[in-house]
Amino acid sequence: MAELTQEQIEKLKALGRTQKENLLKLGDEFKERVKDYKASIYTCDATSCHSGGASSVIDAFKESLAALGLEKDVRMVCTGCMGLCASGPLARIEIKGRKPMLYEHVTPDVARIIAAEHVAPALKQPVEEELRLSDFLKNKELSLDLPFFTKQRKIVLRLLGHSDPEDLGEYIANGGYQGLIKALSMKPEEVLDIIKRSGLRGRGGAGFPTGIKWEMLSKSPLVDGEKFMVCNGDEGDPGAYMDSCILGGGAHAVLEGMMIGAYATGATNGWFYIRAEYPLAIARMELAIKQAKKYGILGRNIFGTDFNFMADIRYGAGAFVCGEETALLASLEGKRGTPHPRPPYPTQKGLFDKPTAINNVETLANIAPIMVNGPEWFSEVGTATSKGTKVFAITGKVKHSGLVEVPMGTTVGEMVNDVGGGTSSGKPFKAVQTGGPSGGVIPASELHMPLCYEELKKIGSMMGSGGMIIMDQDDSMVEIAKFYLGFTVDESCGKCAPCRIGGYQMLQLMNKIADGKGTKADMEKIKEIGEAMKKASLCGLGQTAPNPVLSTMRFFKEEYDALLQDGNEPDAENKADKVVTGCTINTKNN
Amino acid sequence: MVRLTIDSHIVEVPEGTSILDAAKSVQIKIPTLCHHPDLPATAACGICIVKVNGKMLRSCCTPVAEGMEVITRDADIIDARRTVLKLTLSKHPNECLTCLKNDTCELRKLASDFGIRDTEFENITPTSEEQPVDDTTKSIVLDPRKCILCGRCVEVCQNTQNVWALSMLQRGIKTHISPAADENLVDSPCIKCGQCTAHCPTGALTERDDTQYVWDMLQDKEKYCVVQIAPAVRVAIGEAFGFAPGTITTGKIYAALRRLGFDAVFDTNFGADVTIMEEGSEFIERFTKGEGVLPMITSCCPAWVDYMEKYYPEMIPHFSSCKSPHEIVGALSKTYYADKIGVETNKMRVVSIMPCTAKKFEILRSEEMFSSGFQDVDVSLTTRELARMIKQAGIDFANLPDEGADSPLGSYTGAATVFGFTGGVMEAALRTVHYVVTGQEMADDALEIKPILGLDKGIKEMTMNLAGKEVRIAVAHGIGHVQALLEKVKDALQKGEEPPYHFIEVMACEGGCIGGGGQPLGVTDEIRKARMAGLMTDDKNSAKRCSHQNPDIKKLYDEFLGTPLSNRSHHLLHTSYKERKLYNK
Repeated sequence: MAELTQEQIEKLKALGRTQKENLLKLGDEFKERVKDYKASIYTCDATSCHSGGASSVIDAFKESLAALGLEKDVRMVCTGCMGLCASGPLARIEIKGRKPMLYEHVTPDVARIIAAEHVAPALKQPVEEELRLSDFLKNKELSLDLPFFTKQRKIVLRLLGHSDPEDLGEYIANGGYQGLIKALSMKPEEVLDIIKRSGLRGRGGAGFPTGIKWEMLSKSPLVDGEKFMVCNGDEGDPGAYMDSCILGGGAHAVLEGMMIGAYATGATNGWFYIRAEYPLAIARMELAIKQAKKYGILGRNIFGTDFNFMADIRYGAGAFVCGEETALLASLEGKRGTPHPRPPYPTQKGLFDKPTAINNVETLANIAPIMVNGPEWFSEVGTATSKGTKVFAITGKVKHSGLVEVPMGTTVGEMVNDVGGGTSSGKPFKAVQTGGPSGGVIPASELHMPLCYEELKKIGSMMGSGGMIIMDQDDSMVEIAKFYLGFTVDESCGKCAPCRIGGYQMLQLMNKIADGKGTKADMEKIKEIGEAMKKASLCGLGQTAPNPVLSTMRFFKEEYDALLQDGNEPDAENKADKVVTGCTINTKNN
Repeated sequence: MVRLTIDSHIVEVPEGTSILDAAKSVQIKIPTLCHHPDLPATAACGICIVKVNGKMLRSCCTPVAEGMEVITRDADIIDARRTVLKLTLSKHPNECLTCLKNDTCELRKLASDFGIRDTEFENITPTSEEQPVDDTTKSIVLDPRKCILCGRCVEVCQNTQNVWALSMLQRGIKTHISPAADENLVDSPCIKCGQCTAHCPTGALTERDDTQYVWDMLQDKEKYCVVQIAPAVRVAIGEAFGFAPGTITTGKIYAALRRLGFDAVFDTNFGADVTIMEEGSEFIERFTKGEGVLPMITSCCPAWVDYMEKYYPEMIPHFSSCKSPHEIVGALSKTYYADKIGVETNKMRVVSIMPCTAKKFEILRSEEMFSSGFQDVDVSLTTRELARMIKQAGIDFANLPDEGADSPLGSYTGAATVFGFTGGVMEAALRTVHYVVTGQEMADDALEIKPILGLDKGIKEMTMNLAGKEVRIAVAHGIGHVQALLEKVKDALQKGEEPPYHFIEVMACEGGCIGGGGQPLGVTDEIRKARMAGLMTDDKNSAKRCSHQNPDIKKLYDEFLGTPLSNRSHHLLHTSYKERKLYNK
């Protein structure tokens, strides 16, 4: 940025103070705007519900409300993901003085019936009087007392499902930008201290402590007057869509988190790297940035302080590896998206060789609530080393598939049986895949296992971005492993030999086994390749690519053996034990 | 300094040193297929893994840290390295016996060191129909099947040379190196500098082998075969026969060439002396008489010429019109010399031995390369190809007696031999320009113009006082440095300012021709320095160290050319340039 005179800076600061007042007024204006509404209808317009026809549902609601003459009484809101995607499109009905209600599988026809038979009569009735709903509507009701909802603890998703993501006033009314305002009233090191004490760890997968990462960035001097924050929105795990929903359901919260980080670290510019396949997330972030510029949230002398910050969006072209931070930076620079060796870490030498902190969408969405409520409020939730909550996309053969936010340490069993409501088929649960293609499987025997960074790693999986795929007894673990391996083989950037060739060769062997042509020797080769990939691959993609295969081989060896041509023969090591008879040392030690 | 432990050795190295380099200081050579001392670590091959405090890391790109404990070899490490090597071999054709890089292939050597006897994994190398050989340029052959994707060529092409002819395309198992959009090299921005071939660990990138043409030529009794060797060849070819880098083997090369059957053994250095006469005069015209634009830029390097024609065609008027020394020897062989010995030009063949792959392209680059009425240089071989021919012929190079070159195109001064390294052409030119402008020879101790010599900087600058006028000089080596230099010139010219330089020398390869793309493989700065020292010794040991002092040159002008820049000189020894497209499709 160009050098300004002291006088110009003072003018900008005065402008910043006015802009802050105007921004806060937006919240009051919002409250004023909605105070006369007697009811609100929230319809989810996130990807899943959208593809289920949510937009025509919204139109149907609007038409019906107009026909019933209720436009001025009922606020119609397109909102972010409500979580229970399996039951979408969802509609949430909030009538003042009454318990909110949720309807599932809403079609335009159902919407018209809800408007006519639920909303319209309810507005005429005194609130004390019980609503009498038809059996039809009762059947469409989704109880908010389901463990799916009650077991959740929402920090990141707190505004999704009952607010308008495009309404900055509503965000302000809900405490939005209070985290930033509070941060700006503190010294940057105090902000760093709060984030460090909160125990927040990166939600992108590896779980690096956010406060430490920011501290590293804060210690790196500006290069050519610049230092960067990058938000990693290149979500790519099969079945994972939390970043998409977090951005689509409340882009300001992510922007606010980034700005608090920028203030704490001295970063001057920010980039949101969002995959191009997420049009809604991109549109919402574009709008948020536009609004932020308008209200002086982004720019010079923000809120009358000395803090300057600008942010912009860059699209990811859909390569999975670009979620890896060094590959992401290469892609941001317009280069081929391949990982680079670390160190130097991006916090020392990142985007365009300038210090850069890369944080996941969900991580940033946690920041403002931590600032507002304090680090202890956050660290009370979770386990000893994994603090706060985690958003999971729970899919596969589970009854209640969708987007959930649970405290860290929630057990696998609670996730599958309570939150997920058990298998969708009703058949016995077999395993859950976590951590996406980099992760592994957790078998039914481990239902007691708490979901946290350490435990997941211990079992040969990982937290990853939070994808969770439930499998029942009909699922072939060999096929599952093959699927994930096929994904990483396709998505390998091709830069380093262990991943590029190792993954491919392993997949050939997996195909051979799945076709019933494999042998025990092939299993050994797979293990050999897997070990080499773990040890010698440059980035996380290659190092973790063997996980789905190795972990299914560990927990479901019998499924592999059943497919092998020599699966019934004793294992090589057992054979060896029998053969070694001449060596007396062995027998002595035994 | 940082202190760490490597395999129980306590090592102290400067901060920022990689583990791989730190290990070298205690005689541990960690194997690698992608790392090259010339280039930043690409971290592609995965072979150089070591254990650091129990964790597996790549030593090429991991800097040392205080108190680090590194294990470079144990069963785990060797096992993982062997598996990665086997995987690499599983996507590499088993064609070692017929591969050009057979005896120099780093992959083959490593496979041998690791005792790999059975590749174990199915070989998944694409067929040559699926991935055809690209031999569309006259200089470089790209066989993508043999590529192990170490990334050295891409690094050297994009970053060292700033040419961007090669890049990685596609991803996963389909990843391969190729010019943009999978076009052929000949249609790409490739300048044929051959640095990719000099850095490729396998046979994926090689010089085009033209030795068979030469054998055929030599067998043809009808043909009178002339050969010439470039300055930088004499201090490098010995490496192929067990000599230390930088050993001057000029006499042995002459002897070997004669035994191969050449009728006349000349030296490109003679042509370098002529170049100085022509180019020096051209500079004097431009500088003192104000004829032609300044700065003047040297044009002996064909890769640089190609680069300029593609990337900076607007700078064409700045180029010296003088041909490169081997073209000069070619043209003079087929005119001046052919006349002298009474050989018909169409019966004469000229072969040049060059440290360069771009020379193969240069011999056909324009009509002006046919100034004798025939192709002035018929075949250009790299240093590596000549070494192979000598081996094929069974010539015991190491024990050859020293012989001299033939007359009259075989004599040279010290000024000619320094053409082989960065700053040398400028140095040689200034020695003669000084004499012509001031009428006085430079003092012996001033002949070495230190500020423009050496490998340390990509761009070297100095000013020299020439009869009271200041000459501003710049020397660049490694094409990657040229952009900054030319932009500076362009900027000044656009603003109508005095140009920042009067005279610029550019050599495409780092270190100049001593580090040329056709030189023996495995070049590092240490080897470049040794080769450069060899040429400097050759210069110092020369009786005459300025081109204008060469008696055969004087004779050439007296008998044949008249004066520098004469009409005949212009016809035979000068050329012109034209804009070329970066991409032909």
